Amino acid sequence: MSAHRGALAAVFRRDFALAWGAGGGAAAPVGFFLGATTLLPLAMGPERELLAAAGPPLIWVAAALAALMTLERLFQADLEDGSLDQLLLSTAPLELIVLTKGASLWLALGLPLALASAPAALALQAPPALIPAIVLSLGLGMAAFIGVGLVGAAVTAGVRRGGVLIALIVLPFFAPPIIFGAAVAAGAGFGAPFLILGGCALGAAALGPIAAAAALRVHVE
Amino acid sequence: MISTFANPERFMRFSAWAMPLAAGLAGLMFAIGLPWALIYSPADYLQGESARIMYVHVPAAWWALGVYAMMGGASFVSLVWRHSLADAAARAAAPIGAVFAGICLVTGSLWGAPTWGTWWVWDGRLTSMLVLFLIYLGYLALWAAIEDEQKAARMAAILCLAGLVNLPIVHFSVDWWSTLHQPSSVLRSGGASIHPSMLQPLLVMALAYLALFVALLFAGMRAAVYRRRAEAAQRRRARSA
Repeated sequence: MSAHRGALAAVFRRDFALAWGAGGGAAAPVGFFLGATTLLPLAMGPERELLAAAGPPLIWVAAALAALMTLERLFQADLEDGSLDQLLLSTAPLELIVLTKGASLWLALGLPLALASAPAALALQAPPALIPAIVLSLGLGMAAFIGVGLVGAAVTAGVRRGGVLIALIVLPFFAPPIIFGAAVAAGAGFGAPFLILGGCALGAAALGPIAAAAALRVHVE
Repeated sequence: MISTFANPERFMRFSAWAMPLAAGLAGLMFAIGLPWALIYSPADYLQGESARIMYVHVPAAWWALGVYAMMGGASFVSLVWRHSLADAAARAAAPIGAVFAGICLVTGSLWGAPTWGTWWVWDGRLTSMLVLFLIYLGYLALWAAIEDEQKAARMAAILCLAGLVNLPIVHFSVDWWSTLHQPSSVLRSGGASIHPSMLQPLLVMALAYLALFVALLFAGMRAAVYRRRAEAAQRRRARSA
C-alpha cells in the first residue's frame, strides 16, 4: 500500500472532489434521501403509533435509492474521457484504485447520508435511544451498497440508459444489507443484525473492487 | 480436458445426436413421471391431493439452483480460458433457469394459498428464491444491453460469478431462519426424510426436468453457433463484394 500511496491519494482526492460536486457538496444526494424519507409518512399516514412501529426501517429504502442514484455515473465519465486508460497505466493495482474510489465515494456521500439519517429516523418516530445504532448501521449499509454498486457500475459503464440496468443488477445484492439494517432500525440496536450488517459491508468492500476491476479491464481491451 | 469441450465443431457433431436423445428422454421421463406423480403416488396425509404440486415445484426449484451453478461454472471457464462455447452455454442456460425459478415461485405460491393461508410470505427461502429470479433477470438484461458480444459475454460472466453467493443462502435459508417453508427433507445430513413412495416419482420428475434442460440448452447452443457462422458468412460476403 505504501508504495502506491501517492497514486492512491491522488485518485482519492480527485474522486472526492468529483463526488462532492461543484460547491454543493453532498447536498443533492442527501436532499434526495430526506425528500424520499418525507414521502414515506405521506404514504403511510401520520399516525404516530403506526409510524413508530413500521417507520424507521423505511429509511433504508430511501438510502438504497440515493445510493443507486450516485452509482450511475461512477465509471461512465472516466470511461468516456479516457481517465480509465490512465488509471490502468498506474503501478498501483486496479483493485486498490477502485477500492480508493469507493472509499472516497463513501466519505463524500455515504457518511453525510448516514449522519442525515439521524433527523430522518427521528422524523419517522424512531426512539431516540436507537439513533446511534441507526446512524452507524447506515454508515455500514452505505459501504455495502457502494461495494456492490461498484460492480454494477463497472459492468454497465458505457451502456445507454444504464441507470435502470444498474438498479436491476444491483438490487438483489442490496437485499441482505437492507434486511439486516432494517432489523437494526426496528429495534435490534447493536445486536446480531448489526454484526451481520458489518459482515456484509466488509465482504462487499473486500470483494466488490475485485469484480469491478475485472469488468473495467474488459472495457479497456 | 476442458479444451476438448471447447471445439465448436466437436460440439455440433456431439449435439447432433445428443440433443434429440435428451429430448426423447425428457418426453419419456415426463410420460412416466407425470402420471406417477399426479395420479398414482400416495396423497399426503395432511394436505391430501393438493400436495401433488410438489412434484412440479420441487424439481423446478432444484434445477433453478443447479442451472445457475452450471452457469457459474461456464462463466468461470469463459473468463479463464476464453472459450466462446462457454459463453454460449451460459447464455443459453439463463432463460431456462429463469423459467424454472419462475415455475418454482408460481407453483409455490399456488401451493401456499390453500395450505399456509397466504399467497406469499417474506421468509428466508421465498425471499432468497425471488432474489435468484431477479439475478437471472439482471443477467439476461445485461446480455441484451451490451452490443459487443465479446464484451457482453465477459461482463455477464463477472456478474454471474458475483451472484453465486446467493446459492448457499437459498439452500440453507430454511435451516438458518424460522420459516413457513418446509425444512430440507431430501438433501440433508442423515439422509432423506421423505418416504420412498414419494421420493421415487420426485426423482423421476427431477430427471425429466434435467433432460428437458439439456435438450433446450443444446438447442440454444447450436442456434448460437449457427448464428455466428451466418454472421461470419455475411461479413465475408460484404468484404468480397
